[in-house]
Amino acid sequence: MARTEQQSNDRFQGRWFWRYASPAAFYPVAGRIEKIGWFLAITLAIIGLYIGFFRAPTDAQQGEVYRVIYIHVPAAWMAMIIYLAMAFWSATGLVLGTRLSFMMSHALAPTGAIMAVIALWTGALWGRPTWGTYWVWDARLTSTLILFFLYVGYMALAASFDDKKKGDRASALIALVGAVNVPIIYFSVNWWNTLHQGSSVRPGSSSMASIMLTAMLIMTFAFWAYCVAAAMHRLRTQIIERESGAQWVKELVK
Amino acid sequence: MTLKQKRLALILGGLILLAGATTLVLTALKDNLAFFFTPSQIKANEAPINRTFRIGGMVETGSVKRDGVNVSFKVTDTAQVVNVTYTGILPDLFREGKGVVAQGKLDTNGVFRAKEVLAKHDENYMPPEAASAVEKANKAREGATKTLKY
Repeated sequence: MARTEQQSNDRFQGRWFWRYASPAAFYPVAGRIEKIGWFLAITLAIIGLYIGFFRAPTDAQQGEVYRVIYIHVPAAWMAMIIYLAMAFWSATGLVLGTRLSFMMSHALAPTGAIMAVIALWTGALWGRPTWGTYWVWDARLTSTLILFFLYVGYMALAASFDDKKKGDRASALIALVGAVNVPIIYFSVNWWNTLHQGSSVRPGSSSMASIMLTAMLIMTFAFWAYCVAAAMHRLRTQIIERESGAQWVKELVK
Repeated sequence: MTLKQKRLALILGGLILLAGATTLVLTALKDNLAFFFTPSQIKANEAPINRTFRIGGMVETGSVKRDGVNVSFKVTDTAQVVNVTYTGILPDLFREGKGVVAQGKLDTNGVFRAKEVLAKHDENYMPPEAASAVEKANKAREGATKTLKY
């Protein structure tokens, strides 16, 4: 591993992104990104929730209950996007052998799992008054539940190895294999008959009143910012934990 | 090929194989993964007989008849219609002309006896004023076509 890293360092010398692949160099950067993330998350969430709950009108079909969409949809989107990001960093880690890539993937997993839980939970609370049931085993709901199990499986597997490197590789495989589930979730409402309605927002078009859409998109950016901030926070903890033998960490905690 | 390129090729190859296998499995399961059967599928005898299944479609406008807690209505996919009977409380969003999914069995007369009725709402979100404007526009258009016909 050390040899390959040395080779890569020679090959990529002078490129900025390679410099930040070193945990020591990325640690302060992650700290700055985290701060910006918290600020954006709180600001955007206040604006988004204000528009969503006080400015956006009631829905013609569903009345007030539709407002759960401002939490439900951003959380569901993030649950899917974070899984893809996890798969990306896992693949990068496997191919390039970079330590930081695996740490990034581990840092994302709990946030992704929380997003999946929020999506399922708010979905159940929304389903009861509209559909008449908390839960049905249709393709959209079932595949989202599988997504949650994949997150849990990934975290459990990564934690079950004493040798961190083995845990990194084994869990990276779950991240990669599980990634096929994400397009299944996204297209489930088109491919099969489901109780869950189709997508209101597709690339290039939407079937929502524009103020409702605005509030939902602002909430989506707020969720993005929160997820980045939370992942960066966790990443910094991971870096300190894993690099605890390094000189710079010893100096940092002194 | 360097070691890195080999590993990348291995991962990409693996993912492509996995995607291919998943596609095959999903295609094979396509009919079994359907949450409900449409009235057209039921009329074509594709729905299971003597077994519980779900029917999905639109509640036909003007077809809902209530007698206490006994309800009967027609489910349509615009091509075919199936009669449904149900005893119990309907969900709030159960409306004529809107989506519905009911679980139950077909009886010998071809009437679907539902044990559970769920409302399936669509993906459109708009304020009530906009909704009534859309409805008015639709009615006006229908009226216009009728005038043209006669």
